[in-house]
Amino acid sequence: MNVNQHTPMASPYGQPQPSFGQPGYAPLDGSYPAPYAPYNGPASAYQPGAPPQGYSPFTSFPSKALAANPVSDLPSPLDLGPVRGPPTSGPPPVSAPQQYNQYSQSQGSMQNGPPPPTQAPPRPAVSQPYNQGAMNLSGPHPSYPQHYGPPSTMQQVTNQMTGMQITSGPPTAAGPGYAPPHSSQPPVSTGYSAAPQASYTQAPPPVSSAPTQPPPPSGPAAPQQYYSGPPPSSQQPFNSSLPPTSQQQQQFTSSVPPHPPPQQTLPPSSYSGPVPTQSQPPVPPVSQAQQSFPTPQPPFSSAPPPVSQSSFATGPPPSAPGSFPPQGPPPSSQPGSFPPPGPPLTSAPSCQYPGPMPPQQQPPPSQPSPYHSGHHPPRPQMPPTSMAQSNHLPPGPQGPAGPPGPLQQPPSQPGMQTGYPPQQNGAFGQVRGPQPGYSGPYPGQPNYGAPAPAPPAQKRLDPDAIPSPQASDMPAVQKPRHRIDPDAIPSPIQVIEDDKAKTTEPFTTGVRGQAPPLVTTNFQVQDQGNASPRFIRCTAYNMPCTADMAKQSQVPLAAVIKPLATLPPDEAPPLVVDHGESGPIRCNRCKAYMCPYMQFIEGGRRFQCGFCSCVTEVPPHYFQHLDHTGKRVDCYDRPELSLGSYEFLATVDYCKNNKLPPPPAFIFLIDVSYNAVKSGMVNIVCQELKTLLDCLPRENPEVESAVRVGFVTYNKVLHFYNVKSSLAQPQMMVVSDVSDMFVPLLDGFLVNVNESRQVIESLLDQIPEMFADTRETETVFGPVIQAGLEALKAADCAGKLFVFHTSLPIAEAPGKLKNREDKKLIGTDKEKSLFQPQVGFYSSLAKECVAQGCCVDLFLFPNQYVDVATLAVVPVSTGGSVYKYTYFQAQSDQERFLNDLRRDVQKLVGFDAVMRVRTSTGIRATDFFGSFYMSNTTDVELAGLDCDKAITVEFKHDDKLSEETGALMQCAVLYTSCSGQRRLRVHNMAVNCCSQLADLYRNCETDTIINYFSKYAFRGVLSNPTKAVRETLVNQCAQILACYRKNCASPSSAGQLILPECMKLLPVYLNCVLKSDVLLPGADVSLDDRAYLRQLISCMDVAESHVFFYPRLLPVMKLESGSLPVAVRDSEERLSKGGVYLLETGLHLFLWVGASVQQELLLNIFGTPSFSQIDSNVTSLPVLDNPISQALRELIYSFRAQRSRYMKLMVVKQEDRAELIFRHFLVEDKSASGGASYVDFLCHMHKEIRQLLS
Amino acid sequence: MTTYQEFIQQNEDRDGVRFSWNLWPSSRLEATRLVVPVSCLFTPLKERPNLPPVQYEPVLCSRANCKAVLNPLCQVDFRAKIWACNFCFQRNPFPPSYAGISDVNQPAELMPQFSTIEYIVQRGPAAPLIFLYVVDTCLEEEDLQALKESLQMSLSLLPPNALVGLITFGRMVQVHELSCEGIAKSYVFRGTKDLTAKQIQEMLGLTKPAVTGQQGRPLAPQDAAATCKFLQPVHRVDMNLTDLLGELQRDPWPVPQGKRPLRSTGVALSVAVGLLEGTFPNTGARVMLFIGGPPTQGPGMVVGDELKTPIRSWHDIQKDNARHLKKATKYYEALANRSATNGHSIDIYACALDQTGLLEMKCLSNLTGGHIVMGDSFNTSLFKQTFQRVFSKDYNGDFRMAFGGVLEVKTSRELKVSGAIGPCVSLNSKSPCVSENELGIGGTSQWKVCGLNPSTTLGIYFEVVNQHNAPVPQGGRGAVQFVTQYQHSNTQRRIRVTTIARNLCPSIHSPDESSYYRHHFVRQDLTQSLIMIQPILYSYSFHGPPEPVLLDSSSILPDRILLMDTFFQLVIYHGETIAQWRKAGYQEMAEYENFKQLLQAPLDDAQEILQTRFPMPRYIDTEHGGSQARFLLSKVNPSQTHNNLYAWGQETGAPILTDDVSLQVFMDHLKKLAVSSSA
Repeated sequence: MNVNQHTPMASPYGQPQPSFGQPGYAPLDGSYPAPYAPYNGPASAYQPGAPPQGYSPFTSFPSKALAANPVSDLPSPLDLGPVRGPPTSGPPPVSAPQQYNQYSQSQGSMQNGPPPPTQAPPRPAVSQPYNQGAMNLSGPHPSYPQHYGPPSTMQQVTNQMTGMQITSGPPTAAGPGYAPPHSSQPPVSTGYSAAPQASYTQAPPPVSSAPTQPPPPSGPAAPQQYYSGPPPSSQQPFNSSLPPTSQQQQQFTSSVPPHPPPQQTLPPSSYSGPVPTQSQPPVPPVSQAQQSFPTPQPPFSSAPPPVSQSSFATGPPPSAPGSFPPQGPPPSSQPGSFPPPGPPLTSAPSCQYPGPMPPQQQPPPSQPSPYHSGHHPPRPQMPPTSMAQSNHLPPGPQGPAGPPGPLQQPPSQPGMQTGYPPQQNGAFGQVRGPQPGYSGPYPGQPNYGAPAPAPPAQKRLDPDAIPSPQASDMPAVQKPRHRIDPDAIPSPIQVIEDDKAKTTEPFTTGVRGQAPPLVTTNFQVQDQGNASPRFIRCTAYNMPCTADMAKQSQVPLAAVIKPLATLPPDEAPPLVVDHGESGPIRCNRCKAYMCPYMQFIEGGRRFQCGFCSCVTEVPPHYFQHLDHTGKRVDCYDRPELSLGSYEFLATVDYCKNNKLPPPPAFIFLIDVSYNAVKSGMVNIVCQELKTLLDCLPRENPEVESAVRVGFVTYNKVLHFYNVKSSLAQPQMMVVSDVSDMFVPLLDGFLVNVNESRQVIESLLDQIPEMFADTRETETVFGPVIQAGLEALKAADCAGKLFVFHTSLPIAEAPGKLKNREDKKLIGTDKEKSLFQPQVGFYSSLAKECVAQGCCVDLFLFPNQYVDVATLAVVPVSTGGSVYKYTYFQAQSDQERFLNDLRRDVQKLVGFDAVMRVRTSTGIRATDFFGSFYMSNTTDVELAGLDCDKAITVEFKHDDKLSEETGALMQCAVLYTSCSGQRRLRVHNMAVNCCSQLADLYRNCETDTIINYFSKYAFRGVLSNPTKAVRETLVNQCAQILACYRKNCASPSSAGQLILPECMKLLPVYLNCVLKSDVLLPGADVSLDDRAYLRQLISCMDVAESHVFFYPRLLPVMKLESGSLPVAVRDSEERLSKGGVYLLETGLHLFLWVGASVQQELLLNIFGTPSFSQIDSNVTSLPVLDNPISQALRELIYSFRAQRSRYMKLMVVKQEDRAELIFRHFLVEDKSASGGASYVDFLCHMHKEIRQLLS
Repeated sequence: MTTYQEFIQQNEDRDGVRFSWNLWPSSRLEATRLVVPVSCLFTPLKERPNLPPVQYEPVLCSRANCKAVLNPLCQVDFRAKIWACNFCFQRNPFPPSYAGISDVNQPAELMPQFSTIEYIVQRGPAAPLIFLYVVDTCLEEEDLQALKESLQMSLSLLPPNALVGLITFGRMVQVHELSCEGIAKSYVFRGTKDLTAKQIQEMLGLTKPAVTGQQGRPLAPQDAAATCKFLQPVHRVDMNLTDLLGELQRDPWPVPQGKRPLRSTGVALSVAVGLLEGTFPNTGARVMLFIGGPPTQGPGMVVGDELKTPIRSWHDIQKDNARHLKKATKYYEALANRSATNGHSIDIYACALDQTGLLEMKCLSNLTGGHIVMGDSFNTSLFKQTFQRVFSKDYNGDFRMAFGGVLEVKTSRELKVSGAIGPCVSLNSKSPCVSENELGIGGTSQWKVCGLNPSTTLGIYFEVVNQHNAPVPQGGRGAVQFVTQYQHSNTQRRIRVTTIARNLCPSIHSPDESSYYRHHFVRQDLTQSLIMIQPILYSYSFHGPPEPVLLDSSSILPDRILLMDTFFQLVIYHGETIAQWRKAGYQEMAEYENFKQLLQAPLDDAQEILQTRFPMPRYIDTEHGGSQARFLLSKVNPSQTHNNLYAWGQETGAPILTDDVSLQVFMDHLKKLAVSSSA
């Protein structure tokens, strides 16, 4: 074991290290022995962690190191308490800051990564920055100059940056956030760390920094309009702010330094797009820090810095505009985000923030940091200044608009600025202009209004908080109640962006226990001994050693396995290994397959199993000598000894009846009842099949597919077709005896497409004609599947059924169903029965299907209740898929259906599969979630397994694990390929084991946990009332967090919410699960929809479940081809009336159009200048020859390409009725069905935790 | 006048009736003393070229439980325009249409020469003839090809407006839809499942038409034709069906080594019967079943598909070891009864070297008046010509077949009807003339005879009910009226009435073969029946003209040519010497022209028989020592056997190797029994 493991590991290590070290981490490496500077760094740092150390290191070392530590260690404190006791919160904030700092730091490191684009240059720069950072602490300015010194422009930038910061000063809060984003993170973190811990003491230094900053601002200001505007304001704020919170300053300073570096590095090229985003993400952290800090403002100010230079400077004010054009809309959102600050402001100093607000709007991201809802209090004091600033800011924006162009030079940040301005200018201005009403409702508008008159300030506050009319109401209510700033609570967007930013290197799998980048991040994987995260993702990469620990933490130990996942083109698919006639070499006892965890001993004559420790003889033909390290000489020549994933060729011993299987068959079963014909479905399917049959799956594109096809149509009887190649015309055979299904023909039913092409085409042409005048409305369903099953049995092969079905099967036949939809049961204890199959027939049918390797894919076209809960039993149990097209209309739904069908037919699929997960002694796979069937407790049987299906496996301890060997798992899937080859795909995964809870919490992946929780809960509704299921979820989540708080977080007031860094999004995501249609249905959600979603989730991988629960919402006002705008949070507050947003959930795709969108944008997108003329029924955008249109359509195309199901585009106009549907996906808001808003839920969660702790 | 023999012959020619006693006993007691019951063989559709049907309907006795038809035996008061029923003595007025009736203007039915008269019923729509082919596809390629050709040929023989349908079966049963264009459609049933008529009709989508059909009245043909896609007029689907038959393939399911093909005869028939029942109840129809082997699965299974299990033999049946026999028989009986009830007849054409299960299936034809034809292969002239003969036409160009016959027997008070034997089923009509003593199918005065042809003959049994102490007065006459309603092959509904009066007066094989022979026996007229009982043997020689000789082994002589007609076989047997001559080729020599003629004579006679007989007999040309000579040897009386050959001390004749007793021995025994007091 060890040896083997090590060997593989070793290699990876070596490799990765170099890469990491060289780039930006060199310093880190120095400081941290751990190979993984980026990831481990934090962790290791953590342990030592000690925050205290962190401090010292911070000062002494580059921020990165510090950052690392903080990130992992520091829980993100949420100050819920602020309201309760600002003072107390004050201290806690410190911790928070640290977290953020850490975060930021980590981000910083990440960013360093990104910068790499410019590789050499950036890194050096980075390193320098760091130094500077350190320097900065002492004296920021000097460092800047120096670094920047060389590049004059850079200097300017820095100046700007500084200026920004200053300006932001007031906004500081935001500033910090931004700061981190920029490579500056390290600095930020330092700043924060400092701030938190010694924040006050250090405060002074900040001040100094502040001063330094001021100067820059002025400088920048001068150069750029923006600056001019902002700077002043910022300066003012600073002054005012400075006094209040030196910390802020510190942060700023720290942040500033970092910023500079990043900027410097970035400025050249990277700036434009990425930077901004980066800047934003960091911001949040910063903000958090701020939150922790009584002085949120500082954070803002710091935040601005991140935005940095530009953002900040402009940042606060215009930054938004400039930096993120796309954000333009965000501005509005920013307001929302600002709200946080806003709230505070409103609460007291609203005035202060006014200034910041504007900036904040832009920086919203930074706001996230705001956790500080509590901090606000301090701000109040600030208000005045901020007010001023705000005023200034507005102008700034305007100015910025112009500047942006120039600024843009600071590409990203500038962009931000520009973005903002537009938003403010454009959006706001327009909005106000065009929409009198708007202005009316929102006093704030005026502010936004061009001039930003004095009054604006107040209004702004409101507006910020409430971008939309509704929001306005909301805020009023919410604020009073919780006084929590949405921007102050952990932002999913921030986390996602941070992770993107820090992922710069390919992810190598050689290191045990290393958490991969998030699913939302694009990254490359290098298999060095463990399975790629594309195949396996774990909830925890550091498992507790004992069951007690596991139980105490309540963190689920699970893995989401996607055995046949499609890899990107630049990653090689698993290699195929042939061990000859005797089959794959396996452990004698536990039957684990040869893998890198097998340790060869006795000179290579035997090997010891890593799972069960049993020693097995090496067969002579497999013998190989060992080298001096004990690893086989041919280690790297054999995939099974050096890779995490590979395939074995299986021998007849692995086949049914000891006979190699024939190629699988596809059978198409088409409902031809009245509804099916009338909706156009029959015609569409038949037309499509004529071409689609040429695309049947094949392993070698050169060879024609071995898959045979057959056809059946049905209503309440079944029609089989003989399409034998020798026939002049197809022959139809009607089987009316549906009570006892059989296949009426053998020869001629399953045929080779090429041989029978003419007959098949003739058939497909005639089917729609034959049934064109049908009046049959009744259908059967059970017999349809039976028919397919029997056909496969008769042909003695595995295969897949494609069933196209329209209605509740009420015709007399096995599996006949009745309409049982009863809304009165919802919410009662009997609700669960609605999710259970209505009859037992389908369960036993499914069992038969599995035994034959008959996978069923179901395409539903219902006009009313069809009882998906029952109809989906067979598809779900056989590894199939269910697609549902409610109220199918050929014209509008054809595209979606056909794309789904095409993909479904063509995708890689294996048949007659059995999956087994073996684990090292100490843990055991105990529970499985997904689309499959199990006849015993260990074997997952899958009639079909395609590349989109994931299986979630839960592990439980049955003994102790050792930290030394970690925990191993091997997932082996035996399946028949589409060419009829019998194969074994093996995925190996090793994770660390820990005896300290802190280690566990540091290596968790929230997205995966949510995937597990959702599957667990969605299965739970079968046997428990949904209310109980929801409570269970909340309880477990509270226990997880309480355990952390109790055992891992530094002592702090009970009023403070402290979340583990890795899980800080757990509450928001969990809330999304709780609010899902399955667990909390709205009045308009049908039982079928719920059942449909329920089964859909069961086989989702982490990426799908993530976007499903937390939809991706992108502003698309400023699209540029090839770059992705930064997403905004799923809240109405983040939408700007002047904006256009794209929202995707993996199932739905919306294009939301604000009511005040500029005519030009409308023209560019829709080809019409009038909002009212936008046709909300279109499902695709007109092809217009302008960059916006092109980029938007490209974006939509790329979204669709990423998902396993085609998303139909819905255009939603603001204030339109359809907006209700859209709003449903704004998951951070209160839902119509009574689901809590993110803020509310967080409070609730906090309460739960406190109860547990007390 | 004429001889008594001539009287009998004349009666039979005119009325198709031949009584066992032409003077009837006057009381029950006397009748029982006769041993042989008062009975007759009645041929309802006796061909009467000189009997044109009348174009009006019969006049019925107005008494509700009589309804006898006006006939020459009735007393008629021409002035009062009243007639007295000769069965119930009810006095009935003539209908208005008979207003012009008088001594000199009598309707045909009153004329003595019209003791048999046929009416054409004008009411109701003409029902088309229906032919439903039920074809076994588990045949050898050669057989199937021959069968397909015969079927295709038969289409040309059908009247254009006849409806045809096609069901094929093997492992599955397919009902072919004939009205479709483009894709050929068929409804498929699994061959192992017994389905009720209702299920079958639902599965065929016939439920709606069945609703109207169940009212008891046949559907209007147009409606039926429109609604039933499985039965279509020949002229419309001729091409389609010809193609369909042309594309017919052998059953595609693989038959593993050591197995019989899975043949779902039972379900196929069930579907056929159900289909007709649902679409054309009470309309003449002919189900023609073609089988090449025994049913091997599902209901009606006669033998399993394991070849190692042989089909039941007499031996198995005797030992009660034929496990499917009773069940299958019962199944087919039920089908036969349903079919008969609806007026549909079922033909069985069984061509196989082994048994095909006729024993179990016989009732299908027996009860419905269908044909059974048994042969070795569909690729033989025996089958081909017999099948062709099914569609033979009479002098009017009409098929020699009729459908949906209902035979009613009315008797005068002296007699009651005990029952009938023949291809019929009881209609359970309890009229006053029904005897309590059943003989044959009794308890009714009406029988359904689904399939009729001119030679179809039933035995009707009567009981004399007069008490001995109240004898019929001297000169009393008993009368019997046969009323046969049927659907003529030209689609007309007709009623044939035969009224006769008499002064008060009078047969080893495989189970399948036996069934076959019995089937024909019960429906043939006297002469043919007698042939079956005792084959006729003619002898040809140089000694004189052909002469009938005893069916005895002593008749088998070397210098004779024998022609034996057993009804089912025609055997020409050349004696040893004749055979040697023939082998030597003397017949080719001009000087032996006489020998050639001698050889030709039996052939000509045989040909004559072959051309008229239905089913066509097996034609066997053999010689002394030939293997086929067994047909002759098995029939002759074994007067000379290996046991007594030398006892007789004669050179004539050929010894038969059998332990059976000879007629002589039997007669001796019979005599002994007849005179012994204990008998």
